[in-house]
Amino acid sequence: MSVAVKLEDVHKSFGAVEVLKGVSFEVAPGEVVAIIGRSGSGKSTALRCINRLEKVQSGVIEVCERQVNDAKLDLRALRQDVGIVFQSYNLFPHLTIAENIMLAPRRVKHITRAAGRALALEKLAQVGLEEKIDAYPEQLSGGQQQRVAIARSLAMSPRVMLFDEVTSALDPHLTGEVLRVMETLAKGGMTMIVVTHEMGFARRAADRVIYMHMGTVWESGSADILTNPQTPELQDFLANEL
Amino acid sequence: MTYQLDFTSLGAYWPQFLAGALTTLQFTLYATALGLVIGIVGAIARGSHVGWLRLVAGIYVEVVRNTPFLIQIFFLFFGLASLGLRMPIFVAAVLAMVINVGAYSTEIVRAGIESVHPSQIEAAESLGLSRFQIYRDIILKPALERVYPSLTSQFTLMMLMSSVTSQVSAEELTGAANNIQSVTFRSMETYLIVGLLYLLLTLLLKAGFWGLGQVLFPRRRRLGTVL
Amino acid sequence: MPTGFNLNYLIYLFQGMGWTVLLSLLAFVFGGLGGFLVMLARISRIEAVRRIANVYIQVVQGVPLLIILFIVYFGLGILGVSMPPLVAAGLALMIYCSAFLGEIWRGSVEAVPRTQTEAAECLALTRWQVLRDVVLPQAIRIATPPTVGFLVQVLKSTSLVSVIGFVELTRAAQVINNTIFQPFAIFGIAGVMYFALCYPLSLWSRILERKLNVGRR
Ligand SMILES: Nc1ncnc2c1ncn2[C@@H]1O[C@H](COP(=O)(O)OP(=O)(O)O)[C@@H](O)[C@H]1O
Ligand SMILES: [Mg+2]
Repeated sequence: MSVAVKLEDVHKSFGAVEVLKGVSFEVAPGEVVAIIGRSGSGKSTALRCINRLEKVQSGVIEVCERQVNDAKLDLRALRQDVGIVFQSYNLFPHLTIAENIMLAPRRVKHITRAAGRALALEKLAQVGLEEKIDAYPEQLSGGQQQRVAIARSLAMSPRVMLFDEVTSALDPHLTGEVLRVMETLAKGGMTMIVVTHEMGFARRAADRVIYMHMGTVWESGSADILTNPQTPELQDFLANEL
Repeated sequence: MTYQLDFTSLGAYWPQFLAGALTTLQFTLYATALGLVIGIVGAIARGSHVGWLRLVAGIYVEVVRNTPFLIQIFFLFFGLASLGLRMPIFVAAVLAMVINVGAYSTEIVRAGIESVHPSQIEAAESLGLSRFQIYRDIILKPALERVYPSLTSQFTLMMLMSSVTSQVSAEELTGAANNIQSVTFRSMETYLIVGLLYLLLTLLLKAGFWGLGQVLFPRRRRLGTVL
Repeated sequence: MPTGFNLNYLIYLFQGMGWTVLLSLLAFVFGGLGGFLVMLARISRIEAVRRIANVYIQVVQGVPLLIILFIVYFGLGILGVSMPPLVAAGLALMIYCSAFLGEIWRGSVEAVPRTQTEAAECLALTRWQVLRDVVLPQAIRIATPPTVGFLVQVLKSTSLVSVIGFVELTRAAQVINNTIFQPFAIFGIAGVMYFALCYPLSLWSRILERKLNVGRR
């Protein structure tokens, strides 16, 4: 697998409004890509197209050698390969943390309950929350819930992880614990596409940074573009973010 | 031998069907108007500072909502008759409907009144409006506007429930059907036709209430939202 | 007690009350099964299925239960099946309940945030698994208060089957009244019996509703 994710001239409209106006980029296996940009520039939409929460009007999206736009796509196979974590955690409130994590492995991969629990424990260890295994989501802080959401995704052994502003809903003192989990994950070789406003994280963890503006990839390159932006728009954006 | 549905023999009875439908509509209109009045009075009583008034209104609402309409009609109709008080069936039927729908309306209007924010009333008081003005313009009108959909769907349900008055021989649509099927022996066909007529009445009523809402509450129409 | 009313009549009323309860349970259980199918049809991905379910609901909710009862009663007669009134009564009530419960439950399912479904779909669960494991458990909490409230509606509705001669509470009261003509007393007692069945359910529904609202805040 030479590319994990590839977008080629992707166009996406909601009704008459074109939100993605020809987006192209590639992500190699093991690569960590940070997507930054103003609110409304199409970052979430781009992520959602990658695991086909949204269907695109034209262009090519390839994920782990699968054509995402193909009518014959095995959607559930795609979803097994691609994990996604949202800004609003979206844990299942009626299930314990263990049940949240093992639900999909049990249903999709048909593992036993005991194996599911062991898996949950393993993934919770990865995000530092083993002691919360039998708690309910509402008993956890936002940062803890978000770490559980990451563990829940990881339990399906995805090949690519998507993160959509996962720290934006958190109090500043809770963002650190989530970012640390993500950095560890990045160091471990996970392929990641991270939509974020945390420039520090992008600088530390990203192999490449993509700046999206008005539905296109406006500027991209190594994390250096954060200190040395080429376009006035990115300069402007960075000046406002700080 | 299989049964053949045959509607031809019922053609001659269309005036009776029509008269029945009109009577149902008439019942409904009377009961809607009077039920609304009871609903408003009842809601005010339910929220009153006078203890016994609140209690009486509360008992009225709970008793009506937790017993079948048919029992209420029998109680009223045969009960009053046993006291020697005979009234036209039309009056008895509408009376039963008003008592019934009045209780539901009371609850609905009360919910509307309770949803008016206290700050609205304080603001009105500070503007020097009289108590009556405040009640009418600041509390009641917005409350009614807000619960208008619930109220009208309750009135539509009541139209359907009016069919029960046929059990004390009211000559509304169901009563008419009972008569027609007893002379034509085309029971199935008769009730199918009547079912269809009720369906049309339901649609008619819904459309009517919708139109009325557009006229009564231009603000809702402009915003296009439920307030 | 007024003269003429004796213990036998009271026993007769209690027997009727028993049938009222039984009939309500039958209507609720079978209507619930039907209602579940109606709900599934209403949230189906196939537009035609959604449409048909909607028409079903509109028709059942747009026609008086009394007329549905007559149509089922005479309809069964036409089919040549001679059935006890219990079957016609049960069938009509089931149709009636299925439409109303279907609507109540659809509303509850749709009240579960869309993001929950999305998160579950992103974990590669099938549509049915998403519904069973994620949406329904949450929808049930939302649906419980109105469903209990609807039980009151069912209990009251069963009074209508008296018109096809099924001897439940209302019919029992009518029969007694026809012999001793003490309408205030007899229908009063029947009313109290209905009230004794319905009021606790009404209260329970209200308490559940309040709990749910507190839990959600
Ligand atoms: N489901 C949708 N329907 C209509 N418009 C949408 C929808 N989702 C996003 N949009 C619009 O698409 C644009 C891009 O949104 P989004 O991808 O969420 O931007 P970002 O994540 O960069 O803030 C916005 O203008 C937004 O209003
Ligand atoms: Mg976004």
